[in-house]
Amino acid sequence: MTDTLFSQDPDSTREASSADGVVDISDVMQKVAEHKGCGTEGGSGKASCGSSAGPADMPPEIWEKVKNHPCYSEEAHHHYARMHVAVAPACNIQCNYCNRKYDCANESRPGVVSERLTPEQASKKVLAVASTIPQMTVLGIAGPGDPLANPQKTFETFRLISEVAPDIKLCLSTNGLALPDWVDEIAKYKVDHVTITINMVDPEVGQHIYPWIFWENKRLQGYEAAKILTERQLLGLEMLTERGILAKINSVMIPGINDAHLVEVNKAVKSRGAFLHNIMPLISAPEHGTVFGLNGQRGPSAQELKALQDACEGDMNMMRHCRQCRADAVGLLGEDRSAEFTTEKIMAMDIEYDAEGRKAYQQAVEGERQAKVAAKASELDGLEKAGDISVLVAVATKGHGIINEHFGHAKEFQVYELNAKGAKFVGHRRVDLYCQGGYGEEDALDTVIAAINDCHAVFVAKIGGCPKADLEAAGVEPVDQYAHEYIEQSALVWFKDYLGKIERGEIVHQQRGDAAIRQGALLSQAG
Amino acid sequence: MAYKIVASQCTNCTACEALCPNMAISEAKGTFVIDPALCTECIGHFEDPQCVAICPVDDTCVLDASVPRYQPA
Ligand code: SF4
Ligand code: SF4
Repeated sequence: MTDTLFSQDPDSTREASSADGVVDISDVMQKVAEHKGCGTEGGSGKASCGSSAGPADMPPEIWEKVKNHPCYSEEAHHHYARMHVAVAPACNIQCNYCNRKYDCANESRPGVVSERLTPEQASKKVLAVASTIPQMTVLGIAGPGDPLANPQKTFETFRLISEVAPDIKLCLSTNGLALPDWVDEIAKYKVDHVTITINMVDPEVGQHIYPWIFWENKRLQGYEAAKILTERQLLGLEMLTERGILAKINSVMIPGINDAHLVEVNKAVKSRGAFLHNIMPLISAPEHGTVFGLNGQRGPSAQELKALQDACEGDMNMMRHCRQCRADAVGLLGEDRSAEFTTEKIMAMDIEYDAEGRKAYQQAVEGERQAKVAAKASELDGLEKAGDISVLVAVATKGHGIINEHFGHAKEFQVYELNAKGAKFVGHRRVDLYCQGGYGEEDALDTVIAAINDCHAVFVAKIGGCPKADLEAAGVEPVDQYAHEYIEQSALVWFKDYLGKIERGEIVHQQRGDAAIRQGALLSQAG
Repeated sequence: MAYKIVASQCTNCTACEALCPNMAISEAKGTFVIDPALCTECIGHFEDPQCVAICPVDDTCVLDASVPRYQPA
């Protein structure tokens, strides 16, 4: 065991591995650093995540890998879809934000995975979905446990899918404990995206997040457990980087425990070649039955989360569009079609994999994406007068980068930051209420307003008279004149108009307050 | 005594099944069960009973008082 672990100083191992002549991490990092700047100082209104900027400022090999990935590319997620299959129920660590009775509530897979699939069922499901939904380009294995604590099931699923549908990208999410043992297998199946959940790089912090790990046939606790976990996570990350496999890091922001420490985590993962860092809010409520839920550990507010993401963004690409989606969700992010694809229905289906049709669809999408980018660029002139003014706006959308959702139907809002540099996507606000039984209609609007309270305006395709008046009373301007137009272009037109009003003295610019992050961990179907 | 699984607590996570050195654990009617005739309490294999060590729900894999303690040969 000690061979594969770091000694005291993780850096010493890093140097050792490059001295072995594999791949020098600093070389890889240089490349990563060269495309850094996306979303931070691009100045052309780029959206948030690493891939959204497109080919201009990203190495072609990385753009090639992420451009159609709806989880990693903020721009692609409007057009492409991913799905997860639940083939990996066992886990090898315990987290204080997780209650295994209901599957993991964080790590981008909160909620209930309704069924556990065999690799055969899972691969048939994937092929059925891919044949029906040409946008489906990514297959992920993320749990409900840890994919690498279930290696046979995970890799058998990848094998079956890659035989029939080599065009589907494979990805997996792991806590990292077993990662170093499986990196070669991951490379063999051409898994090009691995997500590691890293919540700390200091065992002092880690012991408050992880009560135990299962390691070499023993249950270890406290500092010792957290030390092994962080060593294995960082070693696994380095091994992925050496092999050119993209690694994304997920971190759960837990106020008072690791919130300040995540800046350290950001540096540690960046220096080891992670291409994207996704900081997610802790989801925690007593009814989830997690340790954090029961001991009253709160999650961060929207502004606390954004401040941390901003603090890390100067250093590397941050990802802000993660919705902590359901593990078995099917469809474009935020749009769940899993009811069409139950195991029963799939096993009865006759599937013909339509590779040609999928290709044609994907080509059409490329055209649509380019049109959107051009539309956005056309509105960048005249933003200088914004000076230091920066505002947030919420958008009701069903996808495709268009304002196309009715206010009352929106399950979430996309939030854009508008300033002199342009329009930048900075996050989602969930407002779906299905997990919160007992909330009445009148509370629903309050919940929505609380969720977007830090926004100056909300863009919708349509809105009723009552909510319109309530929003105005709360100081959020409802905007419906850009229905079915491009989000960023419309937001910039509105912003210039807003700036014009300030210039003419018609209004005075004011800061907005903070907003709440929804705590519903989608447990409605539990029990 | 062999170990047993408290059925009402088991989450069906399958984790214990693969770890048992005696293949004593299997799925039965939507939950996992230990065959007391096969369970050796991991004696001779591991220091800790593996099912207890991996189970995500505390007090789910417990000693079964209704059978005598396992006697290593
Ligand atoms: S105690 Fe050991 S031998 Fe007995 S069921 Fe558990 S894992 Fe198997
Ligand atoms: S590890 Fe525990 S919860 Fe999981 S299947 Fe075994 S007994 Fe059930």
